[in-house]
Amino acid sequence: MPHTTGPTATTTADASTTPASTSTSTSASASVDALPWEDLVTSALLGTDRRPPASRGGPVPADAPAALLDAAALHTVRRRAGLLPAVPEARPEPAAPDPRPALPEAARHRLAHLLADRSAPSGGGRRGTAPDLTELIPQWLAIANRRGFRAPAALLPPLLDAARARTDLRPQALAFAGPRGRWLAGLNPDWKFALRGSASGAPPTDTTDPDAVARLWEEGLFAERVALLDAVRAQDPPAGLALLATTWSAERAEDRLMFLDSLRSGLGDADEPFLEQALSDRSRNVRATAAELLSALPGSALAGRMAARAMSCVHPDRTGDVAAIAVEAPHECDAGMQRDGVMAVPPTGRGERSWWLGQLVEATPLGVWEERFGGRPAEEVVALPVADDWADELHTAWCRAAVRQRDPRWARALLGRPSAPVASGPGTASIAERSKLLAILDAGERASWVAGFIAAHGLSEAFQLLGVCTVPWAGPLGRAVVDALDIARDGGSYPWSFSGVMGLAERCLDPAEADRLEVLTAAQDEQEGASPGAGGYWSEAFQRLVSTLRLRAAMEAELMA
Amino acid sequence: MQLSHGGETSPTGAPVARWSVEQVLALAPDAASRKAGTRLGAAGPWSGTGSDATGAVWGLCKGSGSTPYRTVVDTTGPAYACSCPSRKFPCKHALGLLLLRASDDAAFRPAEPADWVATWLAGRRARAAQTGGSSAAGGDGARGPVDTDAARKRAERRAERVTGGAQELEQRLGDLLRGGLAATDRSGYGLWEETAARMVDAQAPGLAARVRELGAITGSGAGWPVRLLEECALLHLLDTAWLGRDRLPDPLAATVRTRVGLPMSAEGPPVRDHWLVLAQYDTPDGKIVTRRIWLYGRGSGRTALLLSFGAAGRSPDRALPVGATIDAELTPYPGGGQLRAEPSEQFGTTASAGPPPGIAAAAAPAVYGNALREDPWLEAWPVTLRDVIPVPSKDGWQLADAHAGAQPGAPAGAHADSTADEPADGPADARTGSALPIAPAALSRPGLWKLVALSGGGPVTVFGELGHRGFDPFAAWDPGEREEGGGTTGGSLVQLV
Repeated sequence: MPHTTGPTATTTADASTTPASTSTSTSASASVDALPWEDLVTSALLGTDRRPPASRGGPVPADAPAALLDAAALHTVRRRAGLLPAVPEARPEPAAPDPRPALPEAARHRLAHLLADRSAPSGGGRRGTAPDLTELIPQWLAIANRRGFRAPAALLPPLLDAARARTDLRPQALAFAGPRGRWLAGLNPDWKFALRGSASGAPPTDTTDPDAVARLWEEGLFAERVALLDAVRAQDPPAGLALLATTWSAERAEDRLMFLDSLRSGLGDADEPFLEQALSDRSRNVRATAAELLSALPGSALAGRMAARAMSCVHPDRTGDVAAIAVEAPHECDAGMQRDGVMAVPPTGRGERSWWLGQLVEATPLGVWEERFGGRPAEEVVALPVADDWADELHTAWCRAAVRQRDPRWARALLGRPSAPVASGPGTASIAERSKLLAILDAGERASWVAGFIAAHGLSEAFQLLGVCTVPWAGPLGRAVVDALDIARDGGSYPWSFSGVMGLAERCLDPAEADRLEVLTAAQDEQEGASPGAGGYWSEAFQRLVSTLRLRAAMEAELMA
Repeated sequence: MQLSHGGETSPTGAPVARWSVEQVLALAPDAASRKAGTRLGAAGPWSGTGSDATGAVWGLCKGSGSTPYRTVVDTTGPAYACSCPSRKFPCKHALGLLLLRASDDAAFRPAEPADWVATWLAGRRARAAQTGGSSAAGGDGARGPVDTDAARKRAERRAERVTGGAQELEQRLGDLLRGGLAATDRSGYGLWEETAARMVDAQAPGLAARVRELGAITGSGAGWPVRLLEECALLHLLDTAWLGRDRLPDPLAATVRTRVGLPMSAEGPPVRDHWLVLAQYDTPDGKIVTRRIWLYGRGSGRTALLLSFGAAGRSPDRALPVGATIDAELTPYPGGGQLRAEPSEQFGTTASAGPPPGIAAAAAPAVYGNALREDPWLEAWPVTLRDVIPVPSKDGWQLADAHAGAQPGAPAGAHADSTADEPADGPADARTGSALPIAPAALSRPGLWKLVALSGGGPVTVFGELGHRGFDPFAAWDPGEREEGGGTTGGSLVQLV
């Protein structure tokens, strides 16, 4: 009992008006009343036959159980009536103030719905016509954070619960939760995740005070140091490099690897000497990463060395009449190649010569090839026939090079025309590689390429490509997706074959498209050869699409209010 | 009762308050209805929506069938009607309609009610006037002398059976104590279940419920013999009080009758007040769902408890929007320390105001202690704590006074509203002042974390029940941004249960 028992003098008077005093009162039971509580408990536990409720040598009451219960009732009510407050424990440090403005009321209710829907039991298998609210939480959080609103305190627990269940929500959810959220998480072990790492929405590291930076770099925890390096690097890349160089040789191998990774942002020619030095690092992973970073710098000495090696392997084929590419894969992987990051041992199932060739081409500046093949632009180089079945190997390596060097011209060339048959493209047929190449292009070009691809090939392979397009989808892309869905419906299949794309469309289509989509929600007559009932499911799926778009529009409007 | 549509002033006389989304959602009988209602809270499926000055709101909702559902809500009740087949109350259409109104008032132009609306409203208000009239005229007592005579005989027969039950229970308790409580550890539930069944036979459900709870105490962790002895003693106290009820003062005798489980009816003098709806929550109790609604009367300073019951999966039909203030007349149930009341007439809703004047944690135990004078079987008593801070403790949480100067004052009555002017000596140092432990039952509820989040380490105002197990928080007021000097403003009400 956390309460303490109060002084009984005043509370006995309170209790004397209770019915306890109405039970028969003899001198013996009066003496039972005077017994200490502990004696009453002992007597009750062992039984009044064995341990009568009486003081040592005192009279035993006639009806011992009743007397005992009378006395116990008096004690119980007296104790409850005389409770005193407990002594407070140490109060927690108050949460830091959050200067962000409060959410508009409508937006607060919306968030409560989104979070409540998460915990509500889902309606079973079929999704019906209602929007999937949980999927909209990331979007809601992104807008709210962009607008700089403060999270309502009462919604912090469900928000933290949501972020606990879904790691992808955490960065946005914790940024939104702000200082109050972090404070709260510190009190509940369930929300420990909020206190971890740099993704916890911690205040941006202060990089203005050089002494503080140096001290944190020297003494900070690993996560703090990574965050610091990232922050310094983002503001002033050479300063970040200099900071790293101060302690480089003393860092542990796995830490060196992580720090080296931080140099990816703001990578420039100024980093070359440092990276060149790292090619002699003790750790193989550090060496490989340094080589990868250097190969992304077309002017680096490593890129030059790799280009020279690659060029001795790939050259114009002079045997025939038409221009073509001849490939002579390297015969060995010497120490120099290995120092420049070429892995000598191929993964199981791959020939070592093609493995080495791939790595050489990947690390070679792409501009080299245009020169090598008579000044032809990238599209034409890619279109050149390749002798002896080396085409796949070469093109795949070029794709990796284009991604690594972020070269839009080559990315465009390797992607080819979106309408070209999937398998016969000059570049690569792999959807995964294509989506990586697309990511290099600017948003508009990306969207129109994917739109063209969907118009020509339908949706069956579009999911991954759509994933790299910016949200909301640009007009032509959105129309292409909707048209393709409409065609799929006419094709008579069930909508759940396209549930992935449908789900993406719900989240990524421009909400302004809702009105145009309304016509598709009408139920259509069953078509010849269609799967039974498919029409109804399609109209349901389109209804959900439209209602989700409307909801997103409302959501945004509420946050803009 | 005459009722005309339009032209006349509202019978409430007060402006018809528009409920907020939160208040509407609080009316939902369960999570599924809340979800379904939310989906209908957009203009899409609705047509023919309108409202009038008497507080009626109506509309047609397109469902899966060819004819739309007709939904109407009388917000003064509130009362709902819908042509849908749902057994939920209010149904999702009524919730959707109110949500639509909360978010898009423009869709509800003041209008003449459609015929179907007018018919329902007239019927409902006529009925309300009748029942209101009859209860004012003495309720059940107005049936005539024959009925009363028969009722009295029935009551006497029942009292005899209860007396028999109480005597039997006394005997069983006596046997138990003679043999020792330690033996109950071995006999298990069977002993108590059988005794409880005997009390049900004796038509004493209150005694039966207490007996059943005794069974749960045995072996329930450290210190169970102490808790078992306490409860046995209080049960014995109730038995002897029933057997000697002729010698008790009237209010206490009424309390004993209620505790034993005799049916009581609300018959105290009605209290009209502006009642703030503090909390509404359902607790399942076997096949019956009990809904508790806590009200605070602004003028009278009374706290009242409305109970309603839903059988077999249906939710109780009474629902009030939490955070709203209703102008209503309540009829209290008889008995000392009795908070329960029955709404006899409702006049409308009014704008909300801040929390009740609260007391400090230091003063709260005395309030519970005083309430025990009226009813020694009280487990807990409602209090509003002002400016308390949730503090983690060894095995749970506490609510500690924000100001060290808050002394255990001597509030005279149960509804003390003192300490409005405590010294502004700032936050207390750690480990001085007073604190109340949070009741174990509340520690596992998500509401506890809401309360902690609202506080942010600063003072909040909390309504709940304080008992011998600690404080059970039901609702708190969002302190919002802290004012200069550490005081709190009365923000919106957040339910914690």
